Amino acid sequence: MSLRFLGNSLKINHVYIKSSGTVCGPLEHQGPLGACFDKSIQDYHYGEKSFEKAERKMLRDALDICLKREHLKYKDIDLYLGSDLMNQITTVHYLARELPRPFIGVYGACSGFALSMATAALFIEAGFMEKVVTMVSSHNATAERQYRYPVEYGAQKRETTTFTATGAVSTLLSSQPQPVRVEALTLGRVIDYSQNDVNDMGRAMAPAAFDTLMNHFQDLKRSFHDYDLVVTGDLSMYGHQILKEMLLRHKVDVVHYNDCGCMLYDLSSQEVFQGGSGCACSALVTMGSLYPQLREKKMKRILVVATGALLSPMMTSQKESIPCVAHAISLEAVE
Amino acid sequence: MDRKEYDQLADELKPAGHKIKNAFYAFLYGGVIGIIAQGVLEFFMNFYDISQEEATPMMIITLVLASCLLTGLGIYDKLAQRAGAGTFIPITGFANSMTSSALDCKSEGLVMGIGSNMFKLGGTVITYGIVSSALLGVIRYVITLFG
Repeated sequence: MSLRFLGNSLKINHVYIKSSGTVCGPLEHQGPLGACFDKSIQDYHYGEKSFEKAERKMLRDALDICLKREHLKYKDIDLYLGSDLMNQITTVHYLARELPRPFIGVYGACSGFALSMATAALFIEAGFMEKVVTMVSSHNATAERQYRYPVEYGAQKRETTTFTATGAVSTLLSSQPQPVRVEALTLGRVIDYSQNDVNDMGRAMAPAAFDTLMNHFQDLKRSFHDYDLVVTGDLSMYGHQILKEMLLRHKVDVVHYNDCGCMLYDLSSQEVFQGGSGCACSALVTMGSLYPQLREKKMKRILVVATGALLSPMMTSQKESIPCVAHAISLEAVE
Repeated sequence: MDRKEYDQLADELKPAGHKIKNAFYAFLYGGVIGIIAQGVLEFFMNFYDISQEEATPMMIITLVLASCLLTGLGIYDKLAQRAGAGTFIPITGFANSMTSSALDCKSEGLVMGIGSNMFKLGGTVITYGIVSSALLGVIRYVITLFG
C-alpha cells in the first residue's frame, strides 16, 4: 500500500479551484439558491430540438463562463474531465468533440461531480497537469426519459421520489495558488444494501454515504467538528434522515450537516418530493453557493460527499438491487 | 449495521404514504371522467339521434382526443400526480401512455422514434389483453362443450 493513500483517503496539497461556471434550470432558479448561479434557463428545451441537445448547450454555457472568467481558451486547458447521467455519458462526450484537448469521461451517476473533481485533483497533485477542467450536467427531462417514464406520462410519483436537478457546472482546477483549494479526498467503495426500489434513491444511497464518511473520518482522524459544513450530494430529505440516524447509532456526533438535495429547492413550496438529485444537484450547491462562501472566508473547510446510485434500468428489470457509491472531497479556504 | 437492521431503521423513518387520500382522489377524478364520458355519450345520442351502441365509439374517440391534447399541453401528467389510478385506469390513461411515448421519442424521428416507441408502455396492455382474451375464449369454448 502507498504511504500517502491512507485507507481510502488522500491529503492533497497543491490543487486549487481557479474558476467555475454554473447554469441552472427554471426550478433551481426559483429555489432558495437561485441568485447564486451564473445563468439560468427558463425552458427545458433551451431553443434546441431535443432535451439531450439542450443539456449539452447548457454544459457548453457553463464551460464558456468558467473559462471566460480567467480569459482562457479551450486550447489552454491540459485535460478535460466530464460526467453526466446519460447512457454512454452522452452529454459530455458529444460536447468533447468541440474540445481541442484530451478528454476523459467518468461515470459515477449522481456522484459524478466529486468523482471528476477527485480525479482531476489527482492529475494535478501528481504534477502531470497544470489546468484541468471538470464538467458535470444533469437534466430533468433526459433523466426522466432514460431512467423512468416519458416526460408527459401520467404516473403518480411516490412520496420517496427525488427530482433530478437541471443544471450544468464547470470547474477549473489549477496548480497555481488560489483562495480555495481541494484539501483531501476519499474515494468511495460500491455498497449495496439490497435496496431495489428505483423510486427511493435516498434509502438506497445512504449506506454508501455512511461508508465513505466513516472512512474519511477514520483515515484522516477527523470528525464533523473539523468542518464548517458537511453536505451529502442527493440523499434527499428521507435519505439524509436515515444517514443521520445511522451516524447517531454509531455514536458519531452529527453537526453542521445538510444535504444538497434539500438545499437546492424549497421543499415546502416546490413540487420536488423528497428533494433534488442528479450530478448537477451537488455541483450547483457546491460551486454556486458553498465555494463563494469559502472564497469570502465565511467558512473555513467543507466536505462534499456526492452520492450516486449506479443502477441500470435493465438490471432493475432483472430484479437486481441497486449498487451505490459516494465520493468525498474536502474544500478549504487558503489562509 | 447489517441489512436487516438497516431496513428496520429505514422503515421507521419512511415518509408517510397517503393511501386514503390517494384512493379518494382516484375515486373522485375517475368518477368525474366517467360523468364527462356519460355526458358526451348522451350528447351524441340526442344530437345525432343514434343508439347507444353507435354513440359509444364516438364518445371513446372524443375522450381519447381530449386526453391526447391534455398530454401534449403538459396538463395530463400534473392531473395524474393527484388522481393516480383515477386517470390511469380509464381509456384516457391508455391514450396518455401512447401520446407521451410518441412525444418523448419524437426527436429520434418517425421510424426509429415514434413508430417503434409509441407502444413502449401501452404495448404490454395490448399484448396481455389479447393473450387473456384468447385464454378466456378457450375456457368459454370448453365450458360450452360440456354445458
